[in-house]
Amino acid sequence: MGEPILRMQGVTKAFAGFVAVRDLDLDIARGTIHALIGPNGAGKTTVFNLVTKFHQPTSGRIIFKGQDITAKKPSDIARLGMVRSFQISAVFASMSALDNVRVALQRFRSDNFAFWKSDRILRELDDRARSLLNEVGLDALRDRKAAELPYGRRRALELATTLALEPELLLLDEPMAGMGHEDVERTAALIRRVAKDRTVLMVEHNLSVVADLSDRITVLARGEILAEGDYGQVSKDPAVIEAYMGTDHD
Amino acid sequence: MTPTPGPRDPLALLLYAGAAVLLVGAPFFFYHLFLTKVLCYALFACAFNLLLGSCGLLSFGHAAYFGAAAYVAGHAAKVWGLPFEACLALGVMASALLGTIFGYISIRRQGIYFAMITLALAQMVYFLALQLPFTGAEDGLTAIPRGKALGLFELDNPLVLYFSTLCIFVGALTLIHRITHSTFGQILRAIRDNEPRAISLGFEANRYKLQAFVLSAALVGLAGANKAIAFKLATLTDVHWSTSGSVILMTLLGGLGTLLGPFVGALMVVTLENYLADSGLPINAVIGGIFILCILLFRRGIVGEAQAWLEGARSHKAP
Repeated sequence: MGEPILRMQGVTKAFAGFVAVRDLDLDIARGTIHALIGPNGAGKTTVFNLVTKFHQPTSGRIIFKGQDITAKKPSDIARLGMVRSFQISAVFASMSALDNVRVALQRFRSDNFAFWKSDRILRELDDRARSLLNEVGLDALRDRKAAELPYGRRRALELATTLALEPELLLLDEPMAGMGHEDVERTAALIRRVAKDRTVLMVEHNLSVVADLSDRITVLARGEILAEGDYGQVSKDPAVIEAYMGTDHD
Repeated sequence: MTPTPGPRDPLALLLYAGAAVLLVGAPFFFYHLFLTKVLCYALFACAFNLLLGSCGLLSFGHAAYFGAAAYVAGHAAKVWGLPFEACLALGVMASALLGTIFGYISIRRQGIYFAMITLALAQMVYFLALQLPFTGAEDGLTAIPRGKALGLFELDNPLVLYFSTLCIFVGALTLIHRITHSTFGQILRAIRDNEPRAISLGFEANRYKLQAFVLSAALVGLAGANKAIAFKLATLTDVHWSTSGSVILMTLLGGLGTLLGPFVGALMVVTLENYLADSGLPINAVIGGIFILCILLFRRGIVGEAQAWLEGARSHKAP
């Protein structure tokens, strides 16, 4: 397996006395789909925010591709090759689907501050943007405003935008939340496809999706690791079963 | 928000042609200085809208850049005797510099906090304008010489003054249109729509917002400098917070985020102020009342509503 692509070492995050994540050690192996599960308030989204630097850890170290990123800014993280999605679908609502992807592709350009340069020049990105939209089955809807797309399609658009940056590590925060049955299947297939040459870390509540997709699962509860392993191991763990009691378990 | 119709749209072309005819023909029917004033405030509002409309940043201190440029341009013309263009350039540079400093300080905050910081900084400029030796305190700078445009045309001729202002206005509006439709403008739009997402894609949102802030301040400065020369006057009113407030009013009245909305808003406010001045009516109460009506009846502003209506009519026709 070699060096893990992402390591968290002894990471703690406290919000005004409330400890959301406590002394967490987490290794994400390259090329795997790693799921982070746990009851509400377990600290899953906090872990995401820590890794992507939207939160600064109270203590501990975060290492990405062998580089200490604990002190980096969120926009730097994306440049290093780690891109996240958000729990609430994050698209640019007033822009067309095509423009959403195109704006991500602009990241590789050097004329982003050129306020005198017409945006017509960006048409040269259209082919690449359309092939990304095609990958998530959105090419036919490319001229629609993102705000007008149905929810499941918006999440697909978000994924296309994320893929535009060619990230090595993809962080997906509840990619299936609020999706209908067929959207879930379509998105699962999509995640499996894009994970072929990437690493994926995802938070997900839909356990059948987790069982189906992930190579490795970490169960969090109250900010600490309860269990880790593949689905077979984790699902038999008595501590995990106890933590999930009373919550719906599909 | 409805996008401004592109220049290739035949209807939009017709609109722009109509506007051009009106702007060129207007001085033959209306008082020149009044029209010049409308154009100065319209440019002020359009430049303000560049920040609010395309960045979603509500600055409550844009009078600082307007007034600072007015004072600097006025001083350059009156005391240093510099030509018209140099005075404008100095005014623009002053407000761009001020915008860089103030923008750097305020851009890290959002929403109401951003508005309050910009207001506080603008109040500092007001205080300086009151205290500094060269601003003339309560009297302001008066009898600023107008000089000649391009060293040829006497600006004391009101028609020349109007057309020189019109050229500046159209030029600046073209630049604003270009900024919002540039490679930079695309990213600005993304940041306005969803800032955390733009950051997670690797864009340093604050740097983009700062550049927009400086551009807006510089263009506001152009309006302020031109106004000082045109009216031979730079006073405390130019830097007063109520001027910041009235530019917000103009923008919202006309239509936030539309190219021509702030122009229409400025036209309305300046017209009302001008014609109500002799009527004995309480001007601010009347304008306030109109503003409340506008907010209640058409939230997108006058131009915003018109665009939405046009788009609706068009999508009815085309299946």
